[in-house]
Amino acid sequence: MSLPSQVLHIDLTKRKYWIEDRGELFQLYLGGTGVAIRLLEEECPRGADPLGPENPIIFAVGPLNGVLPLASKTVAMFKSPLTGNLGESHAGGRSATAIRSAGYGAIVIKGASETPIYLAIHEDKVYFRDARALWGVSSAITVGRVIRELEPSPGLRTIMRIGRAGENLVRYSAVMLETYRHFGRLGLGAVFGSKKLKAIVISGSKIVRVKNRKLFREVYREIYEQSIKTPLMKKYYELGTPINISPLNKIRGLPIKNLKETSSPLAEKISGELMAEKYLGRRVACSHCPVACIHLAALREPYPDEKYFYKTTMISYDYEPMYALGCMLGVFEPEGLLKLLDAVEVLGLDAISTGVAMAWATEALERGIIRKEDVEVELKWGDYEAYIEAIHKLANASNEFYKVLGMGVEKASEVYGGKEFALAFGGNEMPGYHTGPLAHIGFLTGARHSHLDSAGYSLDQEHLKEGKLPDPEKGAEELFKEESWRQILTSLVICFFARKIYKEDLTVKALRVVGIETNVEELRKLGVGILKAKNRFKIREGFDPSKLRVPKRIFETPSPHGKIEERYIKRAVSKFFELALGQGDQ
Amino acid sequence: MKRLAVIDSERCVGCQLCMFVCNSRFGDAGLTKSAIKVRSAGGIERGFVVVVCRACPDAPCASVCPTNALVKRKGGGVILNPSKCIGCMNCVEACPFRAIFWDVEDNKPVICVHCGYCVDYCPHEVLAMEVWPR
Ligand code: SF4
Ligand code: SF4
Ligand code: SF4
Repeated sequence: MSLPSQVLHIDLTKRKYWIEDRGELFQLYLGGTGVAIRLLEEECPRGADPLGPENPIIFAVGPLNGVLPLASKTVAMFKSPLTGNLGESHAGGRSATAIRSAGYGAIVIKGASETPIYLAIHEDKVYFRDARALWGVSSAITVGRVIRELEPSPGLRTIMRIGRAGENLVRYSAVMLETYRHFGRLGLGAVFGSKKLKAIVISGSKIVRVKNRKLFREVYREIYEQSIKTPLMKKYYELGTPINISPLNKIRGLPIKNLKETSSPLAEKISGELMAEKYLGRRVACSHCPVACIHLAALREPYPDEKYFYKTTMISYDYEPMYALGCMLGVFEPEGLLKLLDAVEVLGLDAISTGVAMAWATEALERGIIRKEDVEVELKWGDYEAYIEAIHKLANASNEFYKVLGMGVEKASEVYGGKEFALAFGGNEMPGYHTGPLAHIGFLTGARHSHLDSAGYSLDQEHLKEGKLPDPEKGAEELFKEESWRQILTSLVICFFARKIYKEDLTVKALRVVGIETNVEELRKLGVGILKAKNRFKIREGFDPSKLRVPKRIFETPSPHGKIEERYIKRAVSKFFELALGQGDQ
Repeated sequence: MKRLAVIDSERCVGCQLCMFVCNSRFGDAGLTKSAIKVRSAGGIERGFVVVVCRACPDAPCASVCPTNALVKRKGGGVILNPSKCIGCMNCVEACPFRAIFWDVEDNKPVICVHCGYCVDYCPHEVLAMEVWPR
């Protein structure tokens, strides 16, 4: 088969599995996001409890995974325990290649186990393995190490797992894969935890057919050459995403100390350049990606009890986690920041939400909204040791306060107050951009409330160069157009870093390799249809655009475009939802 | 003669492009028919191991083949004659590098033929063709 079509269904309650051919879904919606949203509509009952057995976990890949470079990602969909509506997260590692090579286009997991288990999916066989001994293990990295020894097919498999945070149902806990890659946002880790699902291994070695062999080689070469030549890719290879710290700091768009500030000379201590010079120990890639944006720092620490005895830890550092756990918390001491990043990795938390939650808690403590007895730790900007301690309490849901904080800052500020500086949009904690109104409009309107939905931060910066913002309605149209096209990329499933390579025409050509005949207009329409389906699901589950809360803080702290006007945001948001919820283009 | 050599596996980022393009020599995608394999050295934090035939001048894998399906290649390594292969997997066991992989589709070994195709797609100069035997 040159197109994915098989859907593996797994019922954790009955410990049964079956395979269905859903070729028609993949024909209509390609794969990835396009197919996952349809499966979510089918499988997730209206009003489902995100932490109940009825909430499905859906993984989907697309027709270019395993075929062309940079089609390296898997889409996960579920009902989010953080926002209560659409949960969608993307991750690479070896997951996409493994799922495709196991013979599947999608995997749907429902039900819940009574005792901890992990799933081993080896092509057509699914094994329900006892994971009681793995439950409660303090590090998610260790869990990966153990499973690596137990299961076959090294190099050809993905190992997804949760940490303590997922077990304890922290609403923004992550699923780690292959170490250092994650389904980070919107709480897939808690959904795993609610099902007592500790881990999933997937492997296979099935052949992936192509339709047009000559074109296959040609397109392969073209994408490969572009990927090693374009400056964009080069920049991600050399310094990785932390390359963004300095420029954002310079334009005063870098959120610092819960967005009280947007620039600091101290931020230069954790710039991409300095981190690479001092700590970069290894660069690694997702399967089928020549870019290798994953940067690992080698942190060398002496043991206090013995001379000349060191331990070296490899810690992945990326822009977003460095923003959230570094800038937002005022932690600019590189080694302290690395330790904080490591703690979040080991516990299995989403770095962005965790950092924003800690930033809110620090300010709330400063203002006396919450008490020292609640937090149990003296949180202070820059004090990474205190934050590491607090993050452990958060992952362990150790008292009432941390339980509430583990539901996100939206919830925490409802309980304790401090909404004006609770930086969540649509219930999801804010990503690292205060570049102007379009970034925030993107967080508010994006189906996942993620900066990657429509990249408003990048539009802000483009308009900054032009010296002026578009009308709010025009801005909304730009965001909608971008988010719609991105649905095609995530249906195939291509890494967003390759968006400048997979331009419309090349995408059409790439699809011909696997026998899909289409054109740009058709794809654009399909993208709009997928985005609308996602928004319909959100509305179905209670999302109300008219009730979107905009934290006051973003109006107080000037952006590179000056003070952000509330009216501008309101007009753009309402225009966006007119487009996203309007009729047509099913 | 030349052979494919792993120049410096420390530079390897684990992208597996070499595996994908080796597989694509037969026309299709995926990794089933790849003669080179990249896996982590016990977790990706420790880097990668690149496993591929080293082109032994006196190839033990050929010696154990009961049907002479594997014949020694001039200058080292082996060439497979698939029509003679009975799929016994003796060769897999004989290679101390475990550099013979198994094509489950055809039930035949996959062994590097030292064509150099993968070298063109390794973005990080891990692989190179070199004169062999040295
Ligand atoms: S397959 Fe192994 S034994 Fe045979 S020639 Fe290559 S390295 Fe030597
Ligand atoms: S040299 Fe040729 S046969 Fe050997 S691994 Fe590379 S592409 Fe495959
Ligand atoms: S192509 Fe090069 S860098 Fe990539 S996995 Fe193969 S040897 Fe390693």
